[in-house]
Amino acid sequence: MKLVNPLTAIFHPPPTPGVLGVFGHLDATVDAIGKLRQGGHTDFTVYSPIPRHEIEDALDQPVSPVRIFTLIGGIAGCAVGAWITLYMSYDWPIVLGGKPVGSIPPYVVIMFEMTILFGALATILGILFNALFAARRLGTVAYDARFTNDKFGIFVPCEPARAGQVEALLRGTGAEEVRRA
Amino acid sequence: MPETATAPARGTRVTYDFVTRAIARTLGHPGKGYFALLGSAVTLLAVGIGCLLLLLRYGLGLAGYSHPVYWAVYITCFVFWVGIAHSGTLISAILFLFRSGWRTAVYRTAEAMTVFAVMTAGLFPLIHIGRQWYFYWLIPYPNERGLWPNFKSPLIWDEFAIGTYFTVSTVFLIMGLIPDIAAARDVVSGWRKKLYAITSLGWRGTNEQWRHYTRGYLYLAALATPLVLSVHSVVSWDFAMAIVPGWHATIFAPYFVAGAIYSGVAMVITLLVPIRKLFRLEELITVHHFENLAKLCLLTGMIVAYAYCVEYFTAWFGGNPAERAAFWYRAFGPFWWASWTMIICNAFLPQLLWFKPIRTSILALFVISIFVNIGMWFERFVIIVVSLAGEPYERFANATYNPTWADWGIMAGSFGWFFMWFLLFVKNFPAVSISEVKEVLPAPTRGTAVHA
Repeated sequence: MKLVNPLTAIFHPPPTPGVLGVFGHLDATVDAIGKLRQGGHTDFTVYSPIPRHEIEDALDQPVSPVRIFTLIGGIAGCAVGAWITLYMSYDWPIVLGGKPVGSIPPYVVIMFEMTILFGALATILGILFNALFAARRLGTVAYDARFTNDKFGIFVPCEPARAGQVEALLRGTGAEEVRRA
Repeated sequence: MPETATAPARGTRVTYDFVTRAIARTLGHPGKGYFALLGSAVTLLAVGIGCLLLLLRYGLGLAGYSHPVYWAVYITCFVFWVGIAHSGTLISAILFLFRSGWRTAVYRTAEAMTVFAVMTAGLFPLIHIGRQWYFYWLIPYPNERGLWPNFKSPLIWDEFAIGTYFTVSTVFLIMGLIPDIAAARDVVSGWRKKLYAITSLGWRGTNEQWRHYTRGYLYLAALATPLVLSVHSVVSWDFAMAIVPGWHATIFAPYFVAGAIYSGVAMVITLLVPIRKLFRLEELITVHHFENLAKLCLLTGMIVAYAYCVEYFTAWFGGNPAERAAFWYRAFGPFWWASWTMIICNAFLPQLLWFKPIRTSILALFVISIFVNIGMWFERFVIIVVSLAGEPYERFANATYNPTWADWGIMAGSFGWFFMWFLLFVKNFPAVSISEVKEVLPAPTRGTAVHA
């Protein structure tokens, strides 16, 4: 089925032009990241089968904003737990021997569970939102199936005119394979 | 890096590519043994469903309830299955925070076990309530009667705890699966490739994805850790908040949590032994992993044994006649066989794990783990049924309680239900974490030639 034009742009965006390097070694990948950053490249994508601190350190990115999602979710959950228990107790009072209708100690259990529930679900939303939905150029950047297996990869977006220079840089740092996308 | 972390790397064959292919191979065509196990599980489930249908039609009178034993095999099974769930979160979240390298090879199985065990456990309170079609009355929702649940009741705490635990352990399992499904997607073909392409949610292992993912995973583990400790504490308060002698004890929360992890670790061993054999994962799940699980089993088993001693000691030392009578009834009353099965299976038999030849023998571990499972089921039976049957407040009401076919049938069905989901899971999704096993391998660098 052919999609109408604005939808095509969303679901089948055109590929980003650039150069893709495939690396077999972690240290070579880290070298290449350092060289690219020295050369003024900022928005390249690094693929790796596992998270590695070496790559994180070489990229030197800020801490993920997922933690804000977790914090807000947890606080909201605690508030919801307090609200439902207290509101529902006073809406249908069960009066027993002059004891308080809304008593906090047993409600701490509900507040605790709701903190965890909302915190965890907000964390999931945070990961999905940041890593999948809001990821720049997701699906338009060249990819190789070996990157989830045993190869590391770097995709550098660039104009065809500068591609030769980037290719040389990637090969120089030990890329096993370099191709233009 | 600690020596334990590199355990899977001892074999020369284990490379990144080997890990991917060995685990992706489990998604192929398993042998006859697998289908025999699956067939038995489905048969057991069918028995359970048959009994449940009769129970729905004719009511709880079919089960063996007799005054004052109105919490019986169904609640025993509920506590048993919730307990089984706990070690999964311990291995996946708590050991993750402690950076234990050895957990990587076994945590996926444990985590899947958690989800399916909570799924099984959740059925029992619903079966137990009698008019099962009104189960939704437990949920606080605005209704025409203007009623709300009583939040001071431990049963409502339990519902919130179990609901949260099921949700969080499920999303935790799915989150951990995403990079592995992507890895499987890139090596398999056919309809599975399509399935994994959808379920991997576009995972490609980019630096942005890992940056958010690793952070989020850390927070999920940090949230799951207090959760797992709270859930079985809340389950224990279902009993400890009541005044029945044998239930009303402050030791219950830590006692239940230790027992839960103990039974769960035993169940992990019971499940891993056949899975490792059926899917030929000997290089990834080594004797070293079993030994560590055995040590965990021994530790929690000792805590449980200590709790047994403390229970009896407190009953005697406290001097309360009702409490003393209850514990005398427990050890020497008509249910003496249940109490002694529990003590022998849970406190004495696991002492064998002090010996290294036993800890490193897969067969011995398998046998011990099954006895621990039996013992832990009896622990719940003793706490619930025997305490109620021997409660000394109603001298003339003490029952001779006998479970009926409806109790046993539904219990057997719960095992079928659990094993069916578990077996379907291990065949269709990576049963060992691909990316986390790679994390404990040395990364390929230019100095060391690592080839497929």
